[in-house]
Amino acid sequence: MPELSLLGQQLRRSLTIARKDMRIYYSKGPVVIFGVLFPVFLFLAFSIGREFTIDFMMPGLIGMVLFFTATSISPVVVPWEAQARTLERLMSSPIRLETIIAGDILASLLFGIAISAVPIIAGLVLGITIASPALFALAVIVAAVCFAALGNIFSVPPSNVPATVNMIAAAVRFPVIFISGVFIPLQQLPHWGQWIAYISPLTYFTDIARGCIQGQAHLPPAVDFALLIAFAALFLVLAMRLHHRTMPRRL
Amino acid sequence: MSANPVHHPTAAVEVRHLTKHFNGVAAVDDISFEVARGEFFGFLGPNGAGKTTTVRVLTGVLRADGGTAVVMGFPAGSLRAKQMAGVVPEMANAYTDLSAWDNLMLMADLYGVPASTAKERARGLLQDLGLLERKDSLVRAYSRGMRQRLILAMALISDPEVLFLDEPTSGLDVQSSRLIKELLRKLNRAGKTIFLTTHDMDEANQLCQRVAIINKGKIVAIDSPERLRLATGRRHSVEVSFETSISAQVLASLPGVSEVQKLGDKYRLFTPSPGAVAMAVVEMARTMGLNIVSLNTLAPSLEDAFVALTEMESRHA
Repeated sequence: MPELSLLGQQLRRSLTIARKDMRIYYSKGPVVIFGVLFPVFLFLAFSIGREFTIDFMMPGLIGMVLFFTATSISPVVVPWEAQARTLERLMSSPIRLETIIAGDILASLLFGIAISAVPIIAGLVLGITIASPALFALAVIVAAVCFAALGNIFSVPPSNVPATVNMIAAAVRFPVIFISGVFIPLQQLPHWGQWIAYISPLTYFTDIARGCIQGQAHLPPAVDFALLIAFAALFLVLAMRLHHRTMPRRL
Repeated sequence: MSANPVHHPTAAVEVRHLTKHFNGVAAVDDISFEVARGEFFGFLGPNGAGKTTTVRVLTGVLRADGGTAVVMGFPAGSLRAKQMAGVVPEMANAYTDLSAWDNLMLMADLYGVPASTAKERARGLLQDLGLLERKDSLVRAYSRGMRQRLILAMALISDPEVLFLDEPTSGLDVQSSRLIKELLRKLNRAGKTIFLTTHDMDEANQLCQRVAIINKGKIVAIDSPERLRLATGRRHSVEVSFETSISAQVLASLPGVSEVQKLGDKYRLFTPSPGAVAMAVVEMARTMGLNIVSLNTLAPSLEDAFVALTEMESRHA
């Protein structure tokens, strides 16, 4: 029972961390606008001039927006806090490091889900239909957890310069977009291309989204979900463990 | 997290053989000390002596490489120890995009303070620290002194039993510094244990019941400021000024004088027996027909004791 009560206490305090992050880092106009506009324009740059249907475009666009937004701010929250000299205060509070990381990830995934609602609603207005709304919603949530945890891992190197961390994040985020079936569905990729795609968690979300919106998934939904959950679990564990190693070096 | 208290039940802080290395260099080197509950304890040392590292271990920000540290009966760094401690880290900042009030409510949430209690305490603390009128302003508009007062309020929102402060008044304006010192005295009178890290000797002398002096990671002395001052008796002195100029050599020849320094229009005569030297100065002035403008005997300051002890330690190292 004491363990349960401790878990409840730490969960409540991670919600406090998430609320703080949302207020300080995510509610700024430029962050929100950039979160929507950047992936949209990137997507348009690759799709304009080609004869794609809205059903084909939306799964990739939603996947890209979710991936970009859930990994946009989470890499820089810890470096910002260290640079602003607020991190030591948090570390001396009665909260575990895992509680801080969980709060940061929670804020990031909520931001990702909220911003992804924009292209989802736009798609619905433009006439797409989602065959299994519950399955799709679950996929959005699991993928948001996965991407937010991945974003948090980018902040593991003990650099307190946000630009350095952003460079590390960009070096991973852009290649992931190109190998994940966002622009070309998995079934149209060559065999070797498909194997590369399987190392990206975004592939599995995009595949679920294509199944729900286009009715053309490459893998069974159970396989997509299992791999997405496995990636999410791996990234969560890595984020928690690696921050334990590097946190003392940032203070 | 340990469920039960460990070690000495009356000690607020208990440190045994604590060691912490950075890149093979000992920042804290096998130090041991205790701070009693309700004590105002000063932790003095030059820059880089190991003060902040010690505080960071005690507040759970860093893990020690060796030894033990216990806070209010619980291992330092455990959730229970952290729950009972308030912390003002060195060079810390509040969230500048939040108001003072929201910073305090954030801290209250992190310490699990019920909302109604937190609001009542926040109002009282902001009042005591002269920030109540600006409670809704964003902290980015605060001066450095106001921010530091707010950080102290944030450390106190959980009503901690022990308060760790790392250079809390360093570089502050006189008003902020006074307000903080006054509040610390008040808290100590109310029974709170205060662990103050500083390199301001006057501050330590005014506030602390006991001080530890740390140099190069090792504790070189622990005692009351008064006893530490008197322990370096060779630094007692007599300060004298005359209406007309006089050779320092004449003063140096007086019995019991070990050294003479000319300070402006005054001479400072160092001696282990200031009373006898003062009388000898008066006798010499009478004999030579000199008029004395001022004559004072000076006890060694805590700063003198600090310099003597750290120099002694450096020579032995």
